[in-house]
Amino acid sequence: MTAPIVQASALARFYTVKGGLLSKPATVKALSGVDFDLQPGKTLAIVGESGCGKSTLARVVTMIEEPTSGSLTIDGVDITPSKWAQMRETVQIVFQDPYGSLNPRQRIGQILQEPLIINRPDMSAADREARAREMIDLVGLRPEHYDRYPHMFSGGQRQRIAIARALMLNPKVLVLDEPVSALDVSIQSQILNLLVELQERLNLAYLFISHDLSVVKHFADDVIVMYLGRAVEKAPKEMLFAAPRHPYSKALLSTTPRADPEAKKDRIKLEGELPSPMNIPKGCAFAQRCWLATEECRTAPPDLSGDTHQVACLHPLD
Amino acid sequence: MAELSAIPPKTEDRPSALREFWYYFSENRGAVMGLWVFAAFVFCAAFAPLLAPYDPTEQFREHILQPPAWQEGGSWAFPLGTDPLGRDMLSRLIMGSRYSFFVGIVVVCVAVTGGVIIGLLSGFAPKWIDTMIMRVMDIILSFPSLLLALVLVAILGPSLTNAMIAIAIVFQPHYVRLTRASVLSERQKDYVTSARVAGASKARLMFKTVLPNCLAPIIVQAALSFSTAILDAAALGFLGMGAQPPTPEWGTMLAEAREFILRAWWVVTFPGLAILVTVLAINLMGDGLRDALDPKLKRS
Repeated sequence: MTAPIVQASALARFYTVKGGLLSKPATVKALSGVDFDLQPGKTLAIVGESGCGKSTLARVVTMIEEPTSGSLTIDGVDITPSKWAQMRETVQIVFQDPYGSLNPRQRIGQILQEPLIINRPDMSAADREARAREMIDLVGLRPEHYDRYPHMFSGGQRQRIAIARALMLNPKVLVLDEPVSALDVSIQSQILNLLVELQERLNLAYLFISHDLSVVKHFADDVIVMYLGRAVEKAPKEMLFAAPRHPYSKALLSTTPRADPEAKKDRIKLEGELPSPMNIPKGCAFAQRCWLATEECRTAPPDLSGDTHQVACLHPLD
Repeated sequence: MAELSAIPPKTEDRPSALREFWYYFSENRGAVMGLWVFAAFVFCAAFAPLLAPYDPTEQFREHILQPPAWQEGGSWAFPLGTDPLGRDMLSRLIMGSRYSFFVGIVVVCVAVTGGVIIGLLSGFAPKWIDTMIMRVMDIILSFPSLLLALVLVAILGPSLTNAMIAIAIVFQPHYVRLTRASVLSERQKDYVTSARVAGASKARLMFKTVLPNCLAPIIVQAALSFSTAILDAAALGFLGMGAQPPTPEWGTMLAEAREFILRAWWVVTFPGLAILVTVLAINLMGDGLRDALDPKLKRS
């Protein structure tokens, strides 16, 4: 087993929300203690519903936000804000919305060259252009697209441009923050195939953030299921999809739409609402909605345990 | 088949930005008319010495207060008549367009440059600096603009240059607010974050990434305040705080001729009309600009 390219331990990110005149400032625990290792050439998927801290995790790993606590090691370097600038070339991100992620006033060529202009100031203009054109070809766009503006492209093409821009600096890790959820299903598979192909060719590690389980099933190597800022289950894809052990994962998997209308539907409907991240329950965050919860569950949050298939539950399913 | 393959593949041409702009602009007929009048105004200002029949300060003592050509007593030598000192009104009006244009350009340039830079800084600065800048701008905005300009001119001394400085300072807060508002909304967007992830410096983010995307409302505001600047300069001139006689500035001309308003209507009416038409044309044009540049008013 090779050394992991990204290592996170107990990574947490809290936001302080100012209260009103009379209320106390509150802390939003967007991400509270997540550990993972990401191997080169592998894909780690983070799944969970809205507000579970997936995107916060992406922003912390991409060095857009500083973690409140915990440690993050990328390519053997312990990350602190003073190291951000030098590590920019290693981690790049592709955003969810292809319409907001490209500067509408720049041509595609300029968009692609910008990372090089910033990070490799001594590179000649001709070299930069050659590299940008090569990248356009690599992501499956045509050479004449080089001089166009983003508004002339469809969503899928824009996402290809965003991927090309992220790859301009030869990163080792690509954070994909729901890269296909804004696209048509037919385009989704094209982009996913492109990503798989690029991973094989460039030995990229992907941190794939998604709420779409069918995409994750197709794409990931390992999966972390998150709930309210915590990892509740971590397992290789096959094991998780075959036999989820955390009740929340089971409920989540049961909601995946199936193509077979005849198949037996056994969706688990969860009762109640997602607790507010400002006021996370003391014990297991899921205990209020769990059909297996006991008194014990409400006292202390369980930690992830197990070897390859880890689960944070006192009453795991078998 | 060989013939067919020789034809270059047809690329579906999307309208260029300029053509799209003209499409939306030309839908507004008032705006197009405004543009023509404004073009005539610019032409007058550019070629004033060639167009004006006389020197604007030359006094024809035997033709004092001569009415316009079509009225009894008028002559085609002075088509719009003469003023109390016997100077040709037409020449003075044509030369006056130069001053008005100059005032508009200088005021707008100074106010836009300063306002955009302060607005950008305020949008990117830590909260307390932002609050401080915005409160100072609020204070400037809370004065009636002409009054504040008057006070500034009174301090600096009456001249056209000082009037322009005063008007520019009075206009500044509008640009600061406008820029800051667009900066705040633009910097949330993913393309700014991705520039940050690529390692862009603060200055690069401000001027290269965010600023070009904030320009549309600023251009509209600049076009509209061009006319306000002319109007304010004329008002200051009228109050004796702007251009000083014998400068043929429209506002100053109005002030000089005030006492003849009952005896010789043309000395007051023509400078007033010149101001009215120019300001109206620029405002109409500015409205058209807003329709064409504001993405919210665009139908796709």
